[in-house]
Amino acid sequence: MRYISNIVRSEGDPKVLHSGPSLLSGADRLARSLGWFSIGLGLAELFAAEQMTRALGMEGKEALVRSFGLREIGSGILSLSIDKQAGLWSRVAGDGLDIMMLASELRSDNPKRENVGVALAMVLGVTLLDFIGAQGVTSRHSRNRGRRRDYRDRSGFPKGVGAARGAARKDFEMPREMRAAPILAYASGQSSAGGE
Amino acid sequence: MRALVWHGKEDIRCDTVSDPRIEHPRDAIVQVTSCAICGSDLHLFHNFIPAMLPGDIMGHEMMGEVVEVGSGVNGHIKKGDRVVVPFTIICGECDQCNRGNFSVCERSNRKKHLADKVFGHGTAGLFGYTHLTGGYPGGQAEYVRVPFADATHIKVPDGLSDEQVLFLGDIFPTGWQAAVQCDIQPTDTVAIWGCGPVGQMAIRSAILLGAERVVAIDCISERLSMARAGGATTINFKEESVVERLNELTGGKGPEKCIDATGMESHVSFAHPDSLYDRAKQMMMLENDRPHVLREMIYVCRPAGVLSIPGVYSGLADKIPLGMLMNKGLTVRTGQTHVNRWTDDLLRRIEEGQIDPSFVITHTVALEDGPEMYKVFRDKQDSCIKVVLKPQA
Repeated sequence: MRYISNIVRSEGDPKVLHSGPSLLSGADRLARSLGWFSIGLGLAELFAAEQMTRALGMEGKEALVRSFGLREIGSGILSLSIDKQAGLWSRVAGDGLDIMMLASELRSDNPKRENVGVALAMVLGVTLLDFIGAQGVTSRHSRNRGRRRDYRDRSGFPKGVGAARGAARKDFEMPREMRAAPILAYASGQSSAGGE
Repeated sequence: MRALVWHGKEDIRCDTVSDPRIEHPRDAIVQVTSCAICGSDLHLFHNFIPAMLPGDIMGHEMMGEVVEVGSGVNGHIKKGDRVVVPFTIICGECDQCNRGNFSVCERSNRKKHLADKVFGHGTAGLFGYTHLTGGYPGGQAEYVRVPFADATHIKVPDGLSDEQVLFLGDIFPTGWQAAVQCDIQPTDTVAIWGCGPVGQMAIRSAILLGAERVVAIDCISERLSMARAGGATTINFKEESVVERLNELTGGKGPEKCIDATGMESHVSFAHPDSLYDRAKQMMMLENDRPHVLREMIYVCRPAGVLSIPGVYSGLADKIPLGMLMNKGLTVRTGQTHVNRWTDDLLRRIEEGQIDPSFVITHTVALEDGPEMYKVFRDKQDSCIKVVLKPQA
């Protein structure tokens, strides 16, 4: 892609010769993968709910599966965004709901019990990935990394705040167009308010 | 040479790239000795500003030594000069430049045809920014080509360190212009949202311009401590209501002047439902900006007051209370910074010891550590407020 984008650069603009390591960590990449997976699964749940419920012996619960699909899409979009921690933790919470729903379908009178077992095993595996990803991005992007410092000694005024206060009023010429608007004159009672 | 290159959302890399070359007689090549990561670089890092392309070199706060000049520079700068490079590229000759409106220079944006379509009328070219502002390679690199170099520079004397003058290229004049746009009177309360680098410079500028009281609003303790050091009263919006506290400080009337040093990425929290709404729409690409601060400023500002907006907004925003804005008779002033309009005056103030902008630097690292510092700065880790990079280290 970067080579294609060179088409819009001028002749003298620097072009990439050798690329350095990406800033994206393994956890960031896992978040992206899980985000796309979430959107894909969500679309499948939304548009193939009948087939899914039939395969799992859950006929009549299409609306529930579709609502789970919407949840998956939402979590996926969040996982692909810069708020990926929230996205992945929402996926972990959603996995909990999936597990509860599938576990309730493991009843002995369900003729598709085996399929439910396979689906449950898959969800447990994805839950593990979601948890690892959520832990990873939360730890990597936590504000608590590094030292906590106090900048109370950084005034920026070598002669102190007292000496600085109003120092520029003595010699700064306010540009005419940046003076307060004429309406301020009304506010200070120099004129009466007008209508539209 | 090495440079920090944008490869996509949250992916900056230290790449080896070809050296820049003189393309036009008015160009110069500057060997960068110091450059910085700006808050607005984070909007690019997050891919919230449209028209970035993989392979774009980041950075619009830089300074260094002139190593080559084109034949048309005509002695305005010469090899060996030490210069700060302003982030706005200016021709110095067009109608807008002649009026001092440098950030809307009519000639420096080489992709003006694109900008005209998006903005109605294009603005100046900017270094290390979107292709809507020319797509010029930025200064987080060992070398940078400076177009219109005879006008686009600030010469600096040898007696001052890089750290003292580097921010003349962006955040210092940006904070200054934000305060100047308020036309501060000695009786004014100036409220400033956001205590990042631009907010810190706006606080110092409002103090220098003689505000009776400066109120700084943020939720990060180290940023608030730096704001207090500069003479501001602070409000931690996670601990108290901004509107109630500002009204309390102003006898119920609200601040006369309000500065938005936050821009399009306002803090998102359950305490501010509008911020959640904006974030959700932004994620669905239904809104570009999160204007919570702008809404709050319009609400709390004293009638007939002034709103100054140096914070970067990129496109469309929802639910702006225009009725409130109109009925209260508020004046809105905004824009990218007309850097060169202010820099002679600000350089003199640095030389006279009125202010030393280096106070804001919390991290200084080599260029190759730059990508990681984007993350540290964005995540506000290690009490990071301002990062300076040293490409020659």
